[in-house]
Amino acid sequence: MALQAEEAVRNGTAEGHGLVLAGVTKRFADFTAVDDLSLTVPAGSFFALLGPSGCGKTTTLRMVAGLEQPTSGTIGIGGRDVTALPPYRRQVNTVFQSYALFPHMSVLDNVAFGLKQRRVRDARAQAKAALAMVELEHLGARKPAQLSGGQQQRVALARALVNRPAVLLLDEPLGALDMKLRRQMQVELKAIQTEVGLTFIHVTHDQEEAMTMADTVAVMNQGRVEQMGPPRQLYELPRTAFVANFLGRSNLMRGRVAEDLGQGLGVDVAGTRVVLPKARATEHHGSVVVGVRPEKVRIQRMDAPFTATANQLAGTVVDASFTGVSTEYLVDIPGVGLMGTFSQNLGQDPASPGEKVRLLWEPDYSFGLAGGEDTGAGGVRP
Amino acid sequence: MTAAPGLRGRHDAGRGRAPEGGPNPEEAAADKKRGRIGQLLVLPGFTFLLLFFAAPVVVLLAMSLYTKAPGAEIGQFEPALQFSNYAVVLREYWDVLVRSFAFALAATLAALLIGYPMAYLVAVRLRAHRLLQGILLVLLIAPFFSSFILRTQAWKQILADEGPVVGVLRALAVLPEDGRLTATAFAVVCGLTYNFLPFMTLPIYASLERLDTRLLEASGDLYASPMRTFRQVTLPLSMPGVFAGTLLTFIPASGDYVNAALLGNNRDTTMIGQVIDSRFFRVVDYPGAAALSFILMVAILVLVMAYIRRFGARNLF
Repeated sequence: MALQAEEAVRNGTAEGHGLVLAGVTKRFADFTAVDDLSLTVPAGSFFALLGPSGCGKTTTLRMVAGLEQPTSGTIGIGGRDVTALPPYRRQVNTVFQSYALFPHMSVLDNVAFGLKQRRVRDARAQAKAALAMVELEHLGARKPAQLSGGQQQRVALARALVNRPAVLLLDEPLGALDMKLRRQMQVELKAIQTEVGLTFIHVTHDQEEAMTMADTVAVMNQGRVEQMGPPRQLYELPRTAFVANFLGRSNLMRGRVAEDLGQGLGVDVAGTRVVLPKARATEHHGSVVVGVRPEKVRIQRMDAPFTATANQLAGTVVDASFTGVSTEYLVDIPGVGLMGTFSQNLGQDPASPGEKVRLLWEPDYSFGLAGGEDTGAGGVRP
Repeated sequence: MTAAPGLRGRHDAGRGRAPEGGPNPEEAAADKKRGRIGQLLVLPGFTFLLLFFAAPVVVLLAMSLYTKAPGAEIGQFEPALQFSNYAVVLREYWDVLVRSFAFALAATLAALLIGYPMAYLVAVRLRAHRLLQGILLVLLIAPFFSSFILRTQAWKQILADEGPVVGVLRALAVLPEDGRLTATAFAVVCGLTYNFLPFMTLPIYASLERLDTRLLEASGDLYASPMRTFRQVTLPLSMPGVFAGTLLTFIPASGDYVNAALLGNNRDTTMIGQVIDSRFFRVVDYPGAAALSFILMVAILVLVMAYIRRFGARNLF
């Protein structure tokens, strides 16, 4: 997906310019919000900054917008250093979480605001076109307070987009919307981004939102980027426990490398041998954490036949909850703890709590993290 | 509790949503009850205004048409419909009336120029510093704790010929060697400005206090420089405060007589309040004083109405 963006730049189809943060640090009186952050966002891409609240993602966004000054480091937009420029001199526009629409102006005047500041000739016509793009052209004369939340959100989007900024910043723009509207807006936002080809930086704490919309996701934690890459890569091969737990869910098991198998590692997990591909492990020696995504794990009764090549752990079902499409299980593995899995509803008889079961997964699905990782980091959110 | 459904119904209607179903009898009864309570609550204020505003105005109006009884002593008048009273005082005091409004206008503008930045500093700039904000607000209101007369008297000292202000201005040759500030129009406007400054500052503070600073960030983000942000976002959103402040300053300043009496002279700084005062208590010309009072009231009313029509309600609230 990043390739697509680069291609767009080469072909001149991308209107946006890339964003480069180099060693950006922001310290407030008593804590460091952003810690030596460096990242490059290719022009024309949809980039998501994902993290829990307080991870520094919004501060990062505000520094790009110029609303906050970095303590150190530089910010470049389209190859130009903008670190010292005030917000009104930056080719950047923001869709604020609170929308921040001017209550004393009509919707159309709100959208035309940025164009008027730069004395663009046909500001009103362009503003009308932008309103048409978000399908609100009929509400231009209204005041923002007369619109619904979803409509206000779209006005805020049009107000930012109409300026064709080098980088469009979105600060949890869908946070205030209900689930249904949120899904709809996700699709619309993505479609608009594809259509206009601008660089979008989307800040969110919703991992599903980040994964469905972005070409590249950077997972932030405590002011640093934990891992960055296309959503699928992040999901399939997390490099830290925080990413493994924050982006989706993971079963993490502590173990010790017992044997080098050439392509893989034999890891001793609570007395059972588990195989982990070397290419998917950050450490090849000593203590490691072996992880596997719940949906990659199959659950079987002890008497069912199984392939010996699969990793397997035996345990007791603690909880089974039927959700219709699938049944979600919590299985207690002696010496490891609780592991989660679910099985698609194919009409089989679900295992019930108390039953002894075998959990199996293909070795290729395992990923290995450093042994020092806190397996609870980025933990299960309510 | 019985009022709750009715309240919700009204709320919905206000939002432009059609209430579900027709008006139900329970709701109508609640509405009626609330209506009665409302009337009851308005009663004390209404009575007060009737006794101490409406009645005196009627008395004033009647008195402004009295005439001097033939051969009567000073201060003795008899009821009549002597409309020429108005023409007489208007002819005699037209200049004073115009001057009063000019002084009040000057003081209002000066108070706006001083009060707005003060209110902005306290309400917006110091928003994060609650303690400092509180201290400055108290300082803003502190003058109210001492007597109006005393404060005005103090200005006499400040602007006195031997005082520091005159000294400095003379040294800088802004004032000629024998120039003075006391007993000038400048001193009167200074006194008016000072005394009514809180009435200007507090309403502006109140509206700036509610200003969402995220809007200022949005404006900056949309290419507006700080100056343009002020003109296009901050100022329009604080206009209700400016509007209230200018009215609260202009109206009492037009009728003020203390500042002109203490800080002015008897020739070219006389304000209409002084004239009414001396007509009533020194010359004992009740009809003339009453006519002037009435003229002042109507003139203020006309000016304020024109102001409201031009800048008021429609755009601001």
